[in-house]
Amino acid sequence: MNKRRRTVLRLAGGAGAWSAAAACGLIAGGQAWAANRNEAAFQAKAVADALKNLGAGNLVESRDIVITAPDIAENGAVVPVAVTSKIANTESIAILAEKNPFPLAASFDITPGADAYVSTRIKMGQTSDVRAIVKAGGKYFTATKEVKVTVGGCG
Amino acid sequence: MSEPMKIRATLQGDVADVRILMMHPMETGQRKNSKGELIPMHFIKNVVVSHNGKTVLDAEWTQAISRNPFLGLRVKGAKAGDKISVTWIDNKGDKRTDETAVAAGS
Repeated sequence: MNKRRRTVLRLAGGAGAWSAAAACGLIAGGQAWAANRNEAAFQAKAVADALKNLGAGNLVESRDIVITAPDIAENGAVVPVAVTSKIANTESIAILAEKNPFPLAASFDITPGADAYVSTRIKMGQTSDVRAIVKAGGKYFTATKEVKVTVGGCG
Repeated sequence: MSEPMKIRATLQGDVADVRILMMHPMETGQRKNSKGELIPMHFIKNVVVSHNGKTVLDAEWTQAISRNPFLGLRVKGAKAGDKISVTWIDNKGDKRTDETAVAAGS
């Protein structure tokens, strides 16, 4: 399995180096999106606002959420982040890079047909906590992991 | 037109390990070109993964996802030969769908 993973990552390796200068989420709002997109949360510039717009006011710290990310990311433009939730009935997983200009990076709706696991790569402007928000049974759980960024992905 | 995605789905027990690599610039609207003009924002905002036609994962993304995005997930109750289909839509309305069959585990 690890061998396969290497292959996939290698396919994208060149791209990663190129985007070292890419910025990480400094945009203005005003786009017309699909109606179900929680634009207020995605456009929030502070973690607290993003959480509020997600409806995640009462967060419970949970050890059942595992964030897999490097301790030190040399290239902030490509930071691999995986989140696994062992909480029963996980409905969604959101990933925030707390010090990014727009902290909420992605939100995943999980159906019963998939494991409560997602893996992706995000841009990070600077060293900060990566926060995962898991919605399960109408409640919100959270966990964080600090990622030190050597070269920011914000250009 | 956008380039095809690379999708790999491998059976591990009754779970399919799915790895997707999309080809997309994921511009944040913050970088400048050589003339000092801002490059307009251009990123994938929605990704839907389905298993034999049934949605299993619906992702809302932002420009904070890295260029040429990677997405990994695990689909439950999969069998060899099952269809895994992936559709993305970006903020300019471009969309692309690719699919693959689940391969038996090694």
